Amino acid sequence: RALTQNPLKKIWMPYKNGLPEKHISQRKVCMTNCPTLIVTVGLPARGKTYISKKLTRYLNWIGVSTKEFNVGQYRREFVKIYKSFEFFRPDNEEGLKIRQQCASAALNDVRYYLTEEGGQVAVFDATNTTRERRETIIQFAEQNGFKVFFVESVCEDPDVIQENIVQVKLGSPDYTNCNTEDAVQDFMKRIKCYENSYETLDEVLDRDLSFIKIMDVGQRYLVNRVLDHIQSRIVYYLMNIHITPRSIYLCRHGESDLNVKGRIGGDSGLTPRGKEFAKKLSQFIQKQKISDLKVWTSQMKRTIQTAEALSVPYEQWKVLNEIDAGVCEEMMYEEIQENYPLEFALRDQDKYRYRYPKGESYEDLVQRLEPVIMELERQENVLVICHQAVMRCLLAYFLDKTAEELPYLKCSLHTVLKLTPVAYGCKVESISLNVEAVDTHRERPENVEVSRMSEEALLTVPAHL
Amino acid sequence: MALTINGSPEQKKLTQTPLLKIWVPWMGCNLNRRRGSSVPQFCNSPTLIVMVGLPARGKTYISKKLTRYLNWIGVPTKMFNVGQYRREAVKIYKNFEFFKPDNEEAMRIRKYGQQACAAAALKDVSSYFTKEQGQVAVFDATNTTRERRAVIMSVAKEKGYKVFFVESICDDPEIIAENIKQVKFGSPDYVDRDIDEAMADFVQRIECYKASYMPIDDDKDRKLSYIKIFDVGIRYLVNRVQDHIQSRIVYYLMNIHVTPRSIYLSRHGESELNLLGRIGGDSGLSPRGQKYASALAAFIKGQNIKDLKVWTSHMKRTIQTAEAVGVQYEQWKALNEIDAGVCEELTYEEIQQNFPEEFALRDQDKYRYRYPKGESYEDLVHRLEPVIMELERQENVLVICHQAVMRCLLAYFLDKPADELPYLKCPLHTVLKLTPIAYGCKVESCFLNIGAVNTHREKPANVDVNRDPEEALQTVPDHI
Repeated sequence: RALTQNPLKKIWMPYKNGLPEKHISQRKVCMTNCPTLIVTVGLPARGKTYISKKLTRYLNWIGVSTKEFNVGQYRREFVKIYKSFEFFRPDNEEGLKIRQQCASAALNDVRYYLTEEGGQVAVFDATNTTRERRETIIQFAEQNGFKVFFVESVCEDPDVIQENIVQVKLGSPDYTNCNTEDAVQDFMKRIKCYENSYETLDEVLDRDLSFIKIMDVGQRYLVNRVLDHIQSRIVYYLMNIHITPRSIYLCRHGESDLNVKGRIGGDSGLTPRGKEFAKKLSQFIQKQKISDLKVWTSQMKRTIQTAEALSVPYEQWKVLNEIDAGVCEEMMYEEIQENYPLEFALRDQDKYRYRYPKGESYEDLVQRLEPVIMELERQENVLVICHQAVMRCLLAYFLDKTAEELPYLKCSLHTVLKLTPVAYGCKVESISLNVEAVDTHRERPENVEVSRMSEEALLTVPAHL
Repeated sequence: MALTINGSPEQKKLTQTPLLKIWVPWMGCNLNRRRGSSVPQFCNSPTLIVMVGLPARGKTYISKKLTRYLNWIGVPTKMFNVGQYRREAVKIYKNFEFFKPDNEEAMRIRKYGQQACAAAALKDVSSYFTKEQGQVAVFDATNTTRERRAVIMSVAKEKGYKVFFVESICDDPEIIAENIKQVKFGSPDYVDRDIDEAMADFVQRIECYKASYMPIDDDKDRKLSYIKIFDVGIRYLVNRVQDHIQSRIVYYLMNIHVTPRSIYLSRHGESELNLLGRIGGDSGLSPRGQKYASALAAFIKGQNIKDLKVWTSHMKRTIQTAEAVGVQYEQWKALNEIDAGVCEELTYEEIQQNFPEEFALRDQDKYRYRYPKGESYEDLVHRLEPVIMELERQENVLVICHQAVMRCLLAYFLDKPADELPYLKCPLHTVLKLTPIAYGCKVESCFLNIGAVNTHREKPANVDVNRDPEEALQTVPDHI
């Protein structure tokens, strides 16, 4: 079979009669053929939804189609108005019936997502505190050919539970018309409803199941029968995340010589304005009075020059280097249009998957940045001084942006983004340090056809020397 | 090591170090010696990994494997097997008269036995950390009593080491019997013994330890950092992972297995650029390369491998090779050949002509040398780490890759140090079959009888920047 290089991703594939042969080699490496159902287990306010959302965000970012199904959500849609904890009483037959229906509805949607919508992982977020309920789910999975992986969160620390309730329960639709004290009371009673029938995952009784039991917010883990690559990655991720409050600062290097010339890539130094930014960055960081700040840069001159101005130790990561533009390195967009009009159009058609000839794609970038994300999860206060494409990838992870949005996220020069985890997501503060710089953001032009005119291609190119 | 700057607000000029191509501030005449590593620095305090478990539970297997892995990813690690110290001590003991009163060594050994060996090992650990810049020491012994572990912990506390326990728990008699057969019978302790006798002796030895075995207690020891491995990896209990390196160790231990399997490493078939003596690029197979692909297919078929996974890079030549094998394959970008940057598609002669200094630097330190706008072997190891991790998870795999990549993978399996790695012989048209056995790896080299150019360039005698071109090009293999 003749091999041809697919024009977008530059992947060599067998072609037959001018068309690519359907070949599974393009599938994400090592990801299983079998869809996986992740099932949370635990009393209310143990972080199940926090974990579900975070895990879903991570898996989607690394390219594994994942969706979460929160049974509480289904219940809210069904019952419309939440009255009190009485709904959850174990002797409330009507309540039980509704909750069961909601779980079934959610599992139905899970089935549809994994079989019809091409989903690879579904996260079934509910208490699932009895063995009986879990057995139902296992049978469901077996019938449909899904692998099951349980994630249980066990915690008895009253401070942690209280903080949980304050952070996410008080703002819940269930408690919008409730004052804080009443809401907390009601919620505690709700937890009580589950406690008597709670059957935790047991290393003997459940020895044939695949699961991870997270104890005391990550002090201890029990891991049983990890079956495959994706489960192994999930376990690794769950063992690296924490909930200690902290902030992550993202910024680009100061304006560089190639920036002002409108050229991409390269390894140039800072302009005078870039150096000014570095100074202002140093002042900003000092004013923030951050405890134990780690500073990371790439191995490119411009980020290191920026970090040097901070007068603190920093670490250089090669994987934070800017996207490799291959044959287009150090070119202006005008030159790319002139020399590689086809490539330029393909890039506009699918900027996330497009790989520069002898270079990289955003998709490649995400894969090489994964260890950075993992280490960011482990760390506390960190300042990452990086590059436009790199910063877009990192930002997309924290703000749960899709692959389509990612390459167009605005990451301007001389602007620091301060990310602080809050509730289920991330608060972003954008701080411009008031030093002028060129704009390096090129929007997607209207016409992305290969046959377009040069002017149409260059319409959105930002101004430069 | 992170760079510490003396708080001067003046921005120092940056220079790029010639070997590693790392930007560092130029501090007067002495270029600041900075290890510009592409991995974050794992820890400032050294880490002491302490194995725990009855005999024949895989402690030494885990210790050796973990040590090999950590060294490969660039964390200087050394293993200290207390059994070895005992053997050394007893050897000495055998050579001296038992009752010689002036023989302090023998007296001490007799009196304190294991304790002395452990102490001696800990002393060497200390020396490794302070004098040899070691970062991780693996203390391989049974360490089955709380008392023994407490002693180790107090030494570690005093010296400022982080401690991480790895306990292996297994009660499956079949696994233990297999363990004993695989590694104990080869041990120097049993070298002249009859097999049944040795087995009986060993089982007795285990019984002695069982009586006083106190596993790590999940309640009493809840402040300790540890991982408990149950039944060779069915289940794990992980407690208080303190830092990055412990997190990586846990991830690694959770991915390895002992199921018998083989890993086949091969390069792509001979390529067009190979014939021309040019490095890198993305060319297709030469006619002989195509022949190799067919021969490889026949070879693989003949091996009758169950459930073989085939992996290639994203480069045409490996994919063309895999196509001939006729089974499904997965493409890994991480398996792409080392990026030679500005030297891509040049011959060695052209590199010598255009970049003589670079060429010399490369010969001086081939492992750390980074091509301008390219990569080093050190970078390659870093990007191959996920491949190694997945290879550990998998069973039978055929990896069709490239010369530098294959050298890195081979170095991992055969525990080759950084200075040997870039000179490992990985000729074209030769399949290496690696089979884990006992504590290491058996290698079978199968040349498939299809001629190919030699692409192996040995380190020349003169690596000085001011050498003559002939001296530089002396070891270049023939090409068109």
